[in-house]
Amino acid sequence: MNPTDRKYSREHEWIKVEEGSRGLVGITHFAQDQLGDVVYLDLPRVGTRLRQSAKLGEVESVKAVSDVYSPISGEVVEVNPDVIDHPEVVNEDPYGRGWLLRVEIQDLSELDNLLTAEQYEAYLRETSH
Amino acid sequence: MIPLAQFLKRTPLYQTHTDLKARIVPFAGWEMPIQYSGILAETRAVRSRAGLFDVSHMGRLYISGPRDHLLMDWVLTARASDLRQGGARYAMLCNEEGGVIDDTVFYKLGGSGEQHGSDLPGLIPASYYLLVCNAANRQHVLPWLRRWAQEKFPGTSIEDGTEATAMLALQGPSSSAVMDRLCDVAPANIRPFSAIKGNVASKLALISRTGYTGEDGFELIVSAQDAPHVWEALTGEGAVPCGLGARDVLRLEAGLALHGNDIDASTTPLEAGLERFVRLEKEFVGVEALRRQREAGLRRRLVGLAVQGRSIARRGYPIVDAASSPPDAPHRSVGKVTSGTYSPSLDRNIAMGYVLMEFASPGQALQVDIRGNLAEADVVSLPFYSRRRG
Repeated sequence: MNPTDRKYSREHEWIKVEEGSRGLVGITHFAQDQLGDVVYLDLPRVGTRLRQSAKLGEVESVKAVSDVYSPISGEVVEVNPDVIDHPEVVNEDPYGRGWLLRVEIQDLSELDNLLTAEQYEAYLRETSH
Repeated sequence: MIPLAQFLKRTPLYQTHTDLKARIVPFAGWEMPIQYSGILAETRAVRSRAGLFDVSHMGRLYISGPRDHLLMDWVLTARASDLRQGGARYAMLCNEEGGVIDDTVFYKLGGSGEQHGSDLPGLIPASYYLLVCNAANRQHVLPWLRRWAQEKFPGTSIEDGTEATAMLALQGPSSSAVMDRLCDVAPANIRPFSAIKGNVASKLALISRTGYTGEDGFELIVSAQDAPHVWEALTGEGAVPCGLGARDVLRLEAGLALHGNDIDASTTPLEAGLERFVRLEKEFVGVEALRRQREAGLRRRLVGLAVQGRSIARRGYPIVDAASSPPDAPHRSVGKVTSGTYSPSLDRNIAMGYVLMEFASPGQALQVDIRGNLAEADVVSLPFYSRRRG
């Protein structure tokens, strides 16, 4: 159910490596489902330096505000304009059109700290009963 | 699984909700559906078609006896003794300080030409009152009524019919068409704020033309065992299952207060802008405090706010007046948000909150401190949203 072409954090973010050392970052299906209708995203500007596991911004739904953490260290090179204008895209397509940031990855070996789709799904089963 | 599930109650529709894969949350001691398909989708369904809510968790108290109307007059801000048979009215119960213990809709029922008794085991009064109160407050309202009955109006019977019954709210412009297909009473014969006994999907129901959404709609009280059948008949005719999340957005759009947020024991009906539901010339618990408050003038008032930006102004956030604060000093707080959300019907953020009287006029420009950032928020008249009529 969760795409195998990317890696996952325990805070329910994903990163999909593109050619070279760039990556797309977003939140998982589980995260958007827990949040409910997303109404606003507070995301870092282009040029912001990110650190793996540090808070990068907030995603706001009708019911709550949630912190988003960076799955990787690097620099923001693009922010998805679609999710700014139409936050509901994050609910509709969290792995596709609902991507949040494009990042220049600082250190690819940090990906080893993340989970595969299978490991993430096992983690979800363990933690939600 | 909710860890405290063993201590929470379930309505007669719990199985129905889990079959529909509703997201269930603890609410006022009950396991309740917060959403099915999504809060915004459900809100839109109510505004454009018809939505169906399980509100069985709300308290349903039956009051009868030769002095029942006197007890009702004594505990409620509105007059009860002049309510016509089959009528419904909104009013509050106040404490001695004029603070709101709960807000309710109460009904005058029974009387000639009406079936009675089948839904009230062991109780067959000729006429009686039904008081519907908030789920969280039933544990306060019931002893409150019993205390005053004992002290001043002996012989008044107060029965708690909550768990023997279920309550469904059908709301939206298509609700009348849905009822037309399932009810043996023509919807046109059920006037706003009136109640009648009839059959819905062949099951006996108390049907009232009331609601908490600002739309046309019906609230149905049925026996607990009939609830799943009636629910399925209504959804079978196109009513969309809606949860408490959508219910909260809809009532806020309609400018309706929520007890526990916008009104509580520390706020008076006058401060909340609900003076039209208060009869200050009547004797009732709290009236003296309210008369004194009106005499002295209000110091704060509940207002509506149209909030700019995309971040929601949530309960507890300070309302400030940046214009009257020196540039280098902390912003002067002139109030606090009591409820707030994104309104899909208006495509903007809305909120309610108490502000000092001098800032309470529509058009007043204020700000809400949203976790450190100020969002412009103008005072506007309520309701935010009004349905199209005709």
